[in-house]
Amino acid sequence: MLSLTCPHCGPRDETEFSCGGESHIERPGVEASDETWADYLFVRDNPRGVTFERWHHRFGCGAWFNVARDTVSHEIKTVYPMGAPRPTTP
Amino acid sequence: MMQRYSFLSLAGHALRGHRAWPQAWRSPQPKPAYDVVIVGGGGHGLATAYYLAKNHGVRNVAVFEKGWIGGGNTGRNTTVVRSNYLFPESARFYDHSLKLYEGLSRELNFNIMLSQRGMVTLAHSRHDIDAQRRWANAMRINGIDSDLLTREDVRRLVPRLDYAPDARLPVLGGFTQPRAGTARHDAVAWGYARAADALGVDIIQNCEVTGFDIGADGVRAVKTSLGLIGVGRVGLAVAGHSSVLARTLGFRLPVQSYALQAMVSEPIKPLLDTVVLSPSAGIYVSQSDKGELVIGGGLDLYASYAQRGNLPTAEQVIAGLITLFPSFSRLRMLRQWAGVVDVVHDSTPILGRSPVPGVFLNCGWGTGGFKAIPAGGWCFAHLLAKNESHPLATGFGLDRFTSGALIDEAAASGIAH
Ligand SMILES: Cc1cc2nc3c(=O)[nH]c(=O)nc-3n(C[C@H](O)[C@H](O)[C@H](O)COP(=O)(O)OP(=O)(O)OC[C@H]3O[C@@H](n4cnc5c(N)ncnc54)[C@H](O)[C@@H]3O)c2cc1C
Ligand SMILES: [Zn+2]
Repeated sequence: MLSLTCPHCGPRDETEFSCGGESHIERPGVEASDETWADYLFVRDNPRGVTFERWHHRFGCGAWFNVARDTVSHEIKTVYPMGAPRPTTP
Repeated sequence: MMQRYSFLSLAGHALRGHRAWPQAWRSPQPKPAYDVVIVGGGGHGLATAYYLAKNHGVRNVAVFEKGWIGGGNTGRNTTVVRSNYLFPESARFYDHSLKLYEGLSRELNFNIMLSQRGMVTLAHSRHDIDAQRRWANAMRINGIDSDLLTREDVRRLVPRLDYAPDARLPVLGGFTQPRAGTARHDAVAWGYARAADALGVDIIQNCEVTGFDIGADGVRAVKTSLGLIGVGRVGLAVAGHSSVLARTLGFRLPVQSYALQAMVSEPIKPLLDTVVLSPSAGIYVSQSDKGELVIGGGLDLYASYAQRGNLPTAEQVIAGLITLFPSFSRLRMLRQWAGVVDVVHDSTPILGRSPVPGVFLNCGWGTGGFKAIPAGGWCFAHLLAKNESHPLATGFGLDRFTSGALIDEAAASGIAH
């Protein structure tokens, strides 16, 4: 069981949250090519190691926030606000 | 020479105290170069090597496996085989796979213990009934066996379900694919390995592929923990690790890796002789030949490369099981594990060229690629030998994500992932 720290509510069990997938993906403009659009919709980094993803405190305050998490150990490296740049993590 | 397994050979070896059985496959040192290198010794990699040699006469082939063969998802899955898909492209492909499974023990001279005990999908609501009528009829139109079941039919097939008037998930009916069932997962890997080896394929275990040497004309060599190996073509069949290898090749994939877990109970006397799937409960269960209940459910809910599986999902799966079968509540669980599965948006595999010339992709099997091993190997071997898609797999290329021609089988995986 993960313990995630919601920026508003503090540490809570993972069952209160839902993961919204990879973060820092920008929606392309309407003129985007099919390739760019496919990239946006489907293609992901999917790293083995530190990943940057959005989480939602779904059964709590409802806030969205970003998490840097290791996909092997599941260790949470940092929690940071939506819109903030991707942090540099070890 | 491969020793044929038969009653006579068994009797002969029994007389000699079973001390003279030859190794089922060699453990060779890698050659400096191969026509085809397959990365990943799961079912898909091994079947591909076998069909390359058998169907296409391409025998200068090696399979590189970083651990032991079948130690990935192939040896971790719940062994359900079926072809109850919705769309014609998938139906054709998965039924070809099931047909190959039906002849596989003979073909490989290895008992894969195929048991076509049928799979019963339960309907718990009016909506389930409507959706399953559509599903079962689509299967029939595609020439695949399916039967709709009433509540009484289900009761005869699976008497242990909760039929009480106040059951949390009332059983209103369902449908079955009688030809579905289970097969021994290790035997599928071992059978293909032994038969491929006998045709000259080198199976190199404990050897990780760490990168590639790419020239102007495409891939030239693979970097392995045993050195650089020259290569004509490369087939990637590494399931949940596809994105990791893609990164070393300089491209990304429409794949997300998740842990999928399963568990078995302590062994009990025979009480379940079919596979039962409940999309509403989010679980499926069968009973193994050893008597254990084999239980599977949905994916863990965030990206993972850890073969552990986490507790909330395990709890949810067990809760689903007990809701369906209250009498299982006293059973103890014996083992729990997970595999790292390669999930794509439309639950349809990726079988096709990669952006790097000479490198080909076999991935995207997600939660359901065990049943696809024979056809996946069959079509991937065709692709590697001829550099063109097999007719059964033409719609499965990477280009579908750009063209939009997705084959959205999400519903037919049975469990809402
Ligand atoms: C719990 C669970 C239950 C499942 N239940 C079912 C089911 O009931 N029915 C069904 O049809 N499917 C099921 N599946 C899915 C099925 O197991 C997989 O889709 C299928 O086994 C994939 O086979 P594969 O050969 O592609 O992958 P794998 O068997 O995972 O083989 C890939 C191999 O590549 C190796 N590898 C990775 N990276 C490297 C590298 N760099 N160098 C060398 N080797 C490498 C790995 O060690 C691994 O052995 C289930 C999966 C899980 C995890
Ligand atoms: Zn909160």
